[in-house]
Amino acid sequence: MFHIDKQREVVEVSGMREELLKVIEKNSRIDLGELAVLLGVEEAEAANELAALEAEGVICAYHTLVDWEKTSNEKVTALIEVRVTPQRGQGFDSIAERIYRYPEVKSVYLISGGYDLMVILEGKSLRDVSSFVSDKLSTLESVLSTATHFILKKYKDYGTVLGWKKEDEREMITP
Amino acid sequence: MRNPLADKIVEIKPSGIRKFFDIASEMKDAISLGVGEPDFDTPWHIRDEGIYSLEKGRTHYTSNAGLNELRVEICRYLERKQGIRYEDPLKEVLVTVGGSEAIDIGFRAMVNPGDEVLIPQPSFVSYEPCAVMAGAKPVIISLKAENEFRLTARELEEAITEKTKLLVLPFPNNPTGAIMERKDLEEIAEVILKHDIYVMSDEIYAELTYNGKHVSIAQLPGMKERTILINGFSKAFAMTGWRLGYACGPAAIIEQMVKIHQFAIMCAPTTSQYAAIEALKNSDEDVAEMCTAYNQRRRFLLHAFREMGLECFEPYGAFYMFPCIKEFGMTSEEFAMRFLKEEKVAVVPGTAFGDCGEGYLRISYASSLENLRESMVRLSRFIGRLREGR
Repeated sequence: MFHIDKQREVVEVSGMREELLKVIEKNSRIDLGELAVLLGVEEAEAANELAALEAEGVICAYHTLVDWEKTSNEKVTALIEVRVTPQRGQGFDSIAERIYRYPEVKSVYLISGGYDLMVILEGKSLRDVSSFVSDKLSTLESVLSTATHFILKKYKDYGTVLGWKKEDEREMITP
Repeated sequence: MRNPLADKIVEIKPSGIRKFFDIASEMKDAISLGVGEPDFDTPWHIRDEGIYSLEKGRTHYTSNAGLNELRVEICRYLERKQGIRYEDPLKEVLVTVGGSEAIDIGFRAMVNPGDEVLIPQPSFVSYEPCAVMAGAKPVIISLKAENEFRLTARELEEAITEKTKLLVLPFPNNPTGAIMERKDLEEIAEVILKHDIYVMSDEIYAELTYNGKHVSIAQLPGMKERTILINGFSKAFAMTGWRLGYACGPAAIIEQMVKIHQFAIMCAPTTSQYAAIEALKNSDEDVAEMCTAYNQRRRFLLHAFREMGLECFEPYGAFYMFPCIKEFGMTSEEFAMRFLKEEKVAVVPGTAFGDCGEGYLRISYASSLENLRESMVRLSRFIGRLREGR
C-alpha cells in the first residue's frame, strides 16, 4: 500500500555519512571498494552505512540520468500545474496519492504559490499527455484546474548539463 | 655587436618543468597528472561578480596596493580562517599579481647583495631564481623523506650563518604535499627568533589540508612581526587565470614592496580584484566541496600506491603526491619520460623542484577521478614491467 509518512523521521547525516551520500548521489554505480577508499573507511563500514541509509529510507533508489533526446525513442515530457481542493483530515496527501499512482507520472510536488501540485508527466506523444490530462487528471473530483506546459528542450537535469562534456583546457604541465 | 644580455639572467637555469612540458604537450592524447592548478573552474558566483564589474565599467586602475575593500576583506578572511589579526589593512596588505609576484618583490624588498636566503627544497620553482635576481645568495635546505619533507629545527639551525636574512617557508608544499603542524612550527620559530631572521611564508595552499586546519607561522608569538605571509586566490578558489595574490606583513616591509609593485606593475587586475572580494565573502561552501573532492582523490592515489607497492608518505596538504621511485634504478627524469612515452601519462620529475627531488615524482591529483583511475592502471602496468626487468 502506498502511503506517505505524515511525520517523516529526520535522519541525522553528517561527516562520513554525508560525504557518502554526496558521492553516490553523483555516481551511484561506484564500486563499493572504491567508495570505501574515497571515504577513508573499511569496505565493510561503507557497506553497512549504505545498507543503513537504505533501511532508513534516506537512499530511496538508484536511478540513471538518460538523455532520451539523443535516442530514436521519442518521449514527451510535460509539467502540469494542478489546483486542487484539499480534503479534511488528509490535506493534499490523498489527492497527491491519487495522482502519483499513475505510472506515467514521474514526479509530484506540493508547491507554494499560485497552484498546489506540480506534476511531471512523461508520455510517448502529445496526444498521450493531453488524454492523460483530460481523461484522468481533470476528472478527479478534487482537481479544480490544470495548466500543461510541454518541455521543448532539456538543458540541465539533476545538476548535469545535458549533451555537454567539459574539456580540460589546462596546460599539460605547470609548476 | 655588444652582447645585449644581462649575465645574471643568462646564468639562471630555465625551469626544469619547461623541458618536460615541450615533450608532453606534443602528445595530445596523453593524460596529464602534471598540472599544478585546480581542475575546477572558478565557482560561478565569483565569475559572475567579475562580469558584473565589467558591465559597470570598472575598467580602470585601482590604488597601487589594491582596492581598500579587498584588503579589508583579506584581513577579515585571515582572522576568520586562521586567527591572524592584521590591524591596518591599508598598510599591512598588498594585492599582487598572483602569489608569484609577492615572492619576487618580497625578496627584492628584503635582501641586500650577499644576504643569504634559506630555501627548503623540494619546493616551488620560483624561489631560487627570484632570490638570485634580487641579489641574494640562495642556500638550499634539502628536506628528507624520513621527516615527511617537513623542515626540522635542526636542519634550519645547521643552515643558518651570520649572513642569513630570510627563510622561505613553503607549506603546505608543492611538490611534496607536506605540511607543518603547530609543533613543527613552534620548534623552528624558536630558531628563527634566536637568530633574528625573517620568514617568507608561502601559504598559497593553506585551504587545502586534510588532517585539520592549516597553521600559519604568523600565528605564533613574536612571529607576525617578522613574517611576510603570502597567499592568493589561485588554489583555494580555483582562480589561477585571474592572477591574483597578496602579501601581508609588517607595514615597513609592505611599504617597500608597494614601491616596487607600483613601478613595475601599477596595480593588480581590477576585474580580478572585484571577483576576489566575492570569493572571500561567500565561498566557504565551494572551498569545502573542492577540498572534500581533493581529499577523496588523495585517498584514492595513496591506496593505489599501496596496492602496487609504490613507496609514498601520506601527504596532508596541497594536491600532490610525491612517490619514491628509487627502487627502479632510474632517474626521475628517465622514469617520467618512459612513463610518458610508454603509457601516455605525464607526471613531473621531482628534480624540477630541486636536486633533492631526485628519485621522486610529483603526481597531481587536481584531475578527475576517471583520469586518476585510468592513470593508476597504467602506472601499475608500467612498474610491473619494470620489476620484471622489461
